[in-house]
Amino acid sequence: MMILDDFFWRAVIAGMGVAILAGPLGCFVIWRRMSYLGDTMAHSALLGVAVGVFLEVNLILGVFAVAIAVALLLFLFQQQKQLANDAVLGTLSHASLAMGVLAISLMSWVHVDLMGYLFGDILAVDLFDLYWIYGGGFLILLVLFLLWRPLLALTFDNELALAEGVPVFKIELVFMLLIAAVIALSMKIIGILLVTSLLIIPASAARRFSRTPEQMALGGSLIGIISVVIGLFTSMQFDTPSGPSIVIAAVLFFFAANLFPLRKFQYKFFKDSWHWF
Amino acid sequence: MLTKIETTADLSNITANKQYLLQTENLSLFTGGRELLSKISLTVSAGEIVTIIGPNGAGKTTLLRVLLGLIPFDSGNIIKKPKLRIGYLPQKITVDPILPLTVGRIMNLTGNFPVQQIENVLDETGVLSLKNKPVYQLSGGEFQRVMLARTLLINPELLVLDEPVQGVDYMGESELYKLIGNLRNKHGCGVLMVSHDLHVVMASTDRVLCLNRHVCCEGEPEDVSQHPEYLRLFGLDSGSALAVYSHHHDHTHQLSGTLREDSP
Repeated sequence: MMILDDFFWRAVIAGMGVAILAGPLGCFVIWRRMSYLGDTMAHSALLGVAVGVFLEVNLILGVFAVAIAVALLLFLFQQQKQLANDAVLGTLSHASLAMGVLAISLMSWVHVDLMGYLFGDILAVDLFDLYWIYGGGFLILLVLFLLWRPLLALTFDNELALAEGVPVFKIELVFMLLIAAVIALSMKIIGILLVTSLLIIPASAARRFSRTPEQMALGGSLIGIISVVIGLFTSMQFDTPSGPSIVIAAVLFFFAANLFPLRKFQYKFFKDSWHWF
Repeated sequence: MLTKIETTADLSNITANKQYLLQTENLSLFTGGRELLSKISLTVSAGEIVTIIGPNGAGKTTLLRVLLGLIPFDSGNIIKKPKLRIGYLPQKITVDPILPLTVGRIMNLTGNFPVQQIENVLDETGVLSLKNKPVYQLSGGEFQRVMLARTLLINPELLVLDEPVQGVDYMGESELYKLIGNLRNKHGCGVLMVSHDLHVVMASTDRVLCLNRHVCCEGEPEDVSQHPEYLRLFGLDSGSALAVYSHHHDHTHQLSGTLREDSP
């Protein structure tokens, strides 16, 4: 297809695919208060890039594998009771980021565009990435669709879900895999340091307009898509890194949603318009 | 390692006049060398309300979780009526406002129940009018009533309620206890509930079980409430919704919860 030959439109289509995934998954990340976990997994992505480059495998696979390894390590650390969860997360997050930077700088025989990986680079998206994002994305959405009800049940209350026969542990594990996959897929566009923001910010912005979990998930996807498009156009226009541009667009949505006094406005509108009738 | 036996069939050795829903024999649980539950024997029959009381850390919630099969136990027996339908209300659930769930929606979290049935159970606990309200806007009492309605969806034979009046104001507390009593009368189900309150238990509680890692004592509050010593101390009407279960232990505990050597 002609349009896919243009690097900019490749980036837009890839970014939209990633935003669609980030909507529903991001909702679960904030409902389950896992944003810091997402961050930790994302920070390990640079180590994943290094591993991928070193082993000469697809970088998305490298990032996916390392993110899962970090999540499992985290799970092991959580079994001990001495160190609080956030301290463990902070340690792992920065340790993996530091290891990633070191590993890449030690591999002097390859050139890795560090800035590009950290903050996103629209020039970096190739046709293969599109296949990965839409192929993998379809799988992720399918799994999420199948697990939607039990995942929502255990988000409401773990104990209740367990008592009512939800295989809580297995579903939590699959959910971790989904997060790792989304991080791996969106890394090139958004950048490692900002990747969780695409999960968290659009979903948070959608909260205000949602009465059901499904509305919030769709709203998150929609706001994510618009943010990606606006962000990438700005990135193109002003030659700014793509990740921060997308994040700023999403943040503007977030503030607009929260500053806009929804209820009061409706109330005032109906009250003021009363005498019109 | 002690052997673990769980029997869920064959009730022929009991039954006859009373319908046992749940029975435990010398149930014990150890964690890290500590005995959390020690030789607990209890029975709950159909139509009976059994209240477990005891101080914090007495193992009340742990006992419920063992009975529900959520955690394994180390020794003893649990005998359940085959295919026993249990409605469970866990300890206070906190719902973050970020999660947009309405009351109607949480009724369908793990099952798919017809609207009419959902409305019926909400009506039974007096919260039908809240059906479309976001969960995080409910008061403590409203929330517990919604969760109680939720347990009724499966037409339970046994209700397991962990501190059902938690987060409920004082007036709401006795109302909620009355409601639980009414539900028992209407459905004929057994009720096993936990309260951390040592002094106030519902008048319609059939039996009280005082737990402090082991069963300290067990009795019928009616008997106790007729006791002249009880009336002299508290002077409550016997018809009151609240009864005070006054009782003496025949032993004392050390701080760790183990029995004192000099215990009579």
